[in-house]
Amino acid sequence: MMNRIRPLDHLILILGTLFMVMPVVVAMMTSTHTAVEIHTGGLQLLPGNDGYETYHTVLTRQGGFTGQVTGARMVMNSLILGLGFAAGKIVLSMAAAYALVYFRFRFATLMFWVIFTTLLLPLEVRIMPSYQVMSQLGLLNSYTGLILPLLASATGTFYFRQFFKSIPDELLEAARIDGAGPVKFFIDVILPLSKTMMAAIFIIMFVYGWNQYLWPMLMTTDERFFTLMRGIKQILQVWVGSQIPDYNEAFALAVLALLPPVLVVVVFQRWFIKGLTESDK
Amino acid sequence: MAAITITNVSKTYPGASAPSITDINLTIADGEFIVLVGPSGCGKSTLLRMVAGLEDITAGEVKIGDRVVNKVDPADRDIAMVFQNYALYPHMSVRENMAYGLKNRKTPKAEIEARVAEAARMLELGPYLDRKPRALSGGQRQRVAMGRAVVRQPAAFLFDEPLSNLDAKLRVSMRGEIRRLQKRLATTSLYVTHDQLEAMTLADRLVVLNAGRIEQVGAPLEIYHRPATTFVASFIGSPAMNLLDAEVDGNRLRIGGHVIETGRAVPAHGAVTLGIRAEDLHISATGLPFKVDFVEELGAQRLVHGSIDGQALVLSLDPKTPLQYEMCLSVISDKLHLFDTISGKRLEQAHTIPTLTPVLA
Repeated sequence: MMNRIRPLDHLILILGTLFMVMPVVVAMMTSTHTAVEIHTGGLQLLPGNDGYETYHTVLTRQGGFTGQVTGARMVMNSLILGLGFAAGKIVLSMAAAYALVYFRFRFATLMFWVIFTTLLLPLEVRIMPSYQVMSQLGLLNSYTGLILPLLASATGTFYFRQFFKSIPDELLEAARIDGAGPVKFFIDVILPLSKTMMAAIFIIMFVYGWNQYLWPMLMTTDERFFTLMRGIKQILQVWVGSQIPDYNEAFALAVLALLPPVLVVVVFQRWFIKGLTESDK
Repeated sequence: MAAITITNVSKTYPGASAPSITDINLTIADGEFIVLVGPSGCGKSTLLRMVAGLEDITAGEVKIGDRVVNKVDPADRDIAMVFQNYALYPHMSVRENMAYGLKNRKTPKAEIEARVAEAARMLELGPYLDRKPRALSGGQRQRVAMGRAVVRQPAAFLFDEPLSNLDAKLRVSMRGEIRRLQKRLATTSLYVTHDQLEAMTLADRLVVLNAGRIEQVGAPLEIYHRPATTFVASFIGSPAMNLLDAEVDGNRLRIGGHVIETGRAVPAHGAVTLGIRAEDLHISATGLPFKVDFVEELGAQRLVHGSIDGQALVLSLDPKTPLQYEMCLSVISDKLHLFDTISGKRLEQAHTIPTLTPVLA
C-alpha cells in the first residue's frame, strides 16, 4: 500500500527536517552568546544569556566607518530593495506579458524570444554595463539606482505569459462583447485572476531582491544604503590585531536577514495555495 | 430586436489557401430562431463569430437591423453571445457576471438591479446570485451565461454550441429552456450546433453548412423530408438516411439485381443515388431481399442493420415486429429520394411532399 506510513518513512522525514533546520537553529542559538564564548567554544546548540543585548546592539548601534548605519537601517534598506524589486518586477512583467499575449503586433514572437533568451544571462554578466549606465545617470547611491536596472524580468514575463495563455480566449471575447476595452479587461478580469500568480512571483522576487549582494555592493558606497547582506560581511571583516570578530552580531544579523523572507513566504503561501486549490477556470 | 442580413460573406484566414467560408447569403427575420448546423470544420462557428464581430469579414457584408456592422466593434453591435464553455468571469459572483456588460455601458444602477433580478427570476437563478461560478453545476453555469445575454436586451442572441458541455439529460432540458426563453423574448437568435437533433428541435429554420457553403436552408421538417443533397440527407435525421447505388430505367429503379417500381417518371437516366429513410421501409411478403446483420434496441423502436445485395441499410421497426434473418422489404414510391451520383444534388424537384407543421410552431 502506498498510503501506509511506516516508521522508516518518519525517520527519513525527521532526518531531512533536522538537516534543513539545524543550521538555522545553530545560528539562532549561537547569536545569543557573547563573541568570546563563540570564539572559544565554537557553535552553540543551547540558548545563551546575551540574546537581548546582542539584538539590541545590532539593531541600534551606530556602526560603520561613518558611524551612521544601524542594523535597523540595514533591515529597512533590504526591505526597500526586496519590496521594490518584487512590486516593480510584477508590474513590469505583467505589462510586458499582457502586450505579448493579447495584442497583435509585428515581431511579437521575436520579441518574446529576445526576452526569453535573457533568462540565460545572469545579472553578473551585465553587471558592468549596468553599473556604467547608472553611474552616468548619476544614480549611484540611490534607491532608484539600486532597484531600477534589475526590474526587467524575463522570468516574470515568461510566467505571466504562460499564465495569460492559459486563460480561455472566450473570456476575452465575452469581455469584448460586454464592452470592456483593453484597460478595463486588464483591471477587471486579468488582475483578479492573476492574484495567485502575483503572489508566487512576489515570493520569488522578494527573496531574490532581499538576498542581492553583489549589485548593492557595487552600486552603493554610501553606508546609508547598506543592506543587511553587506552588514554581515562588514562585521566579519574587522580582523585587526587581536580583536575577535563580533560573531554573535554577525549571527544576529543573519537571523534578522532570515525573518522577512520567511514572513513573506508564510503570508503569501497561504494565499497562493488557497488560490491554487479554489480556482478553476 | 432586429433582422440580420448576411450578404456574400466569405472568410479566408490569413495564410490559408482556401476560404473557410464561401459566399454565404442568409436573411434572418426579426425574432426568428436560426440554427446553423454542420460537421466540425464546416465554418458554422466562424460565420457566427463574424456576426459577433470576433472575426474579421474577408468579403461581403453583415447587417444587423439597418446597420452594416462589418467594422463595428463587438461591444457596439448590440448582440449578446453564449459560449460553449460558458466563459463566465470566474472571480465574479453570478450577479456581477450578469451586471458586468450593463455596468460597462453605464446603465443606471437601479435598472441593472431590476434587469438582473428579472433575468434571475426567469432562469431560476435567484438563490445563486451571490455564488461564484465554480460553486455552480454545469447547467446552472449555462443558465448564468444565458442570463448574461438576456439582461443586455440585445438585438440578437448568438449561441455557440452552448449545450455541448452538458450531459445528455441536461441537454434536453436546457434545450427546452432555450426554446421557451427565445419564444418569450422573441429575440432574433443565431444558434450553432453540430448536433442535428438539437438543430431540428430548436430551429424555426435550419441552415445546413458543409465545407464553408450553405447546403440547404429550410424549416426542420422540410429539410428532413426534402433534403437538397446527399450530404443533408445523411446529416439530418437519426439514423442517417440510407443511401444506395441504384440505376434508373424508365419508371423502374434497379438496385443490384432487384427492381422497384417508382410509379412515376423519373427525371434521370442511368446511375443515381437512392435515399430511403429508415422508417419508410416496411417488411412485406415480396420486395427487396434484406439480410439482417445486427439489431440496436432503442426501446420505442428497433434499428435493424443489414444489407441489400451488399449495400448497407438500416431500417427502423416497431419492437413488436417479429424478425427473421432474411426478410423482404417494400417502400412507398413517394418516399424515394433520388440524388445525382456526382453532384449529390436532389433530382426530382417537381414532386412535392406535404409539409407538416407542428401545432404549436
